[in-house]
Amino acid sequence: MALLEARGLQAQYGWTKVLHGIDFAVEEGGITTILGANGAGKTTTLRAVCGMVRTAGEIRFAGQRINGRATEDLVRLGIGHAPEGRGTFVNLTVEENLRLGAYARRGGGSVAQDLERVYGYFPVLAERKKQAGGTLSGGEQQMLAVARALMLRPRLLLLDEPSLGLAPLVVREILRIVRTINREERVSVLLVEQNAAVALGLADRAYLMETGRVVMSGPASELRQNDAIRRAYLGY
Amino acid sequence: MEIFFQQVVSGLATGGIYGSVALALVMIYQATDVVNYAQGEMAMFSTYIAWTLINAGVPYWWAFFGTLVISFVGGVLLERVIIRPVESAPILTIVIVCIGLLVILNSVAGWIYSYIQKPFPSPFPPKPIMLGTVVFGAHDLGAIGVTLVVLALLYAFFRFTTLGLAMRAAAQNPVSSRLCGIRVGWMLAIGWGLAAMVGAVAGMMVAPIVFLDPNMMAGILIYAFASATLGGFTSPGGAVVGGLIVGVIENLVGTYVHFIGTELKLTVALALILIVLVFKPSGLFGRATIHRV
Repeated sequence: MALLEARGLQAQYGWTKVLHGIDFAVEEGGITTILGANGAGKTTTLRAVCGMVRTAGEIRFAGQRINGRATEDLVRLGIGHAPEGRGTFVNLTVEENLRLGAYARRGGGSVAQDLERVYGYFPVLAERKKQAGGTLSGGEQQMLAVARALMLRPRLLLLDEPSLGLAPLVVREILRIVRTINREERVSVLLVEQNAAVALGLADRAYLMETGRVVMSGPASELRQNDAIRRAYLGY
Repeated sequence: MEIFFQQVVSGLATGGIYGSVALALVMIYQATDVVNYAQGEMAMFSTYIAWTLINAGVPYWWAFFGTLVISFVGGVLLERVIIRPVESAPILTIVIVCIGLLVILNSVAGWIYSYIQKPFPSPFPPKPIMLGTVVFGAHDLGAIGVTLVVLALLYAFFRFTTLGLAMRAAAQNPVSSRLCGIRVGWMLAIGWGLAAMVGAVAGMMVAPIVFLDPNMMAGILIYAFASATLGGFTSPGGAVVGGLIVGVIENLVGTYVHFIGTELKLTVALALILIVLVFKPSGLFGRATIHRV
């Protein structure tokens, strides 16, 4: 069953329509990626899921319709978001950043335990836990964004271009951890990316967006073989 | 030399009051980026509430804490009802709304309680404390003590509680805060409530000295602005230290610079604001903030 499902999803900023009715789904326990160039509407898609932009059409999460609900309430349903630009609280320490991630968490268990858990995934954050978030490097801030979202113990993790501006080694490291989290904690993932090579390597389902529309979709392995995608996005 | 110490001591006492109003200003500024010009009148109004309770026979400390609760609720309501609708308006709009609030609170207080000065009790014994030849007023010492306690409590609240952390987060990065599930609007309202409480403490500490009337905070607000500017608008501790410094400078200049005396004292505060803004705009303890435009 799909954990997240969008049908005819539209979104607009003011009078400008950015999504023109797209369909996509994230399976329970699956990893879905949405690919596309700058301005295709990838970030807007994530914002629509989080209730950060006006939408029309339908979005369902775990069977219930979630359109028009406040971001703060959607977080409480278990939707964790590592946003575009990483959303670091630059003047707060790394550990305070992480504690904020657990602010709206449901269920028991201590925050300390969850801190240990994410420090286990990202040891570099443990080394820097007393440091202000703004002093971290780009890659470390991206790890912090993912770790902060994990503190929620999310059912669904939204990742907005985690590869942007990072060295290939760092990207690989982050995505390796995402895969581990997905397998071991059964967290479903919706990943939007420009970097088709890494995204298709990770995902089981993929969509290609162009100017606010889905132009191609299918199993990730199939899109990887597609000639058009290979030429335009994979470069071989 | 005795006169000097005496002036320093009484300067510290009034400085404590300036510091606590400055603290309230800084808190709202930190939480919402708004300078609340109505802060003084809010404190004045809270003090009238305390006066009403005490006159109705409520024991002092019950009235004190009762006033804090009422002020907190009042501050939250003001933010929800008056500031909320203009929250995303340009800064000038919010400033004008705050000034409007100042005028309204002042007139309403005058209308309900009249403009006649009223005595307000001090919780501290009237007996002065002598240390050598320097006289410490018990109320003055008490007021400084209360200010420091308030500062310590606020520090602990923001530093060690989850709600305090969420409020700092909401002030810094509203978008990320919402993604963490923090209800940003309510954090701002709670910030106003806390500032109203801090202001109420300042009002109840200053009223025994200057007497209670609707205009009692007008001069104090200017000193508080000088304190917050000197300490740095981004530093709560700086606001209190700034207050103490302003109180001492005010007294010393009033005593030793004869043409200033008591009449021109307020000018000292304004001159100080100007000097700080020209030479060190971020204040003694403040951080220079960078705004992306």
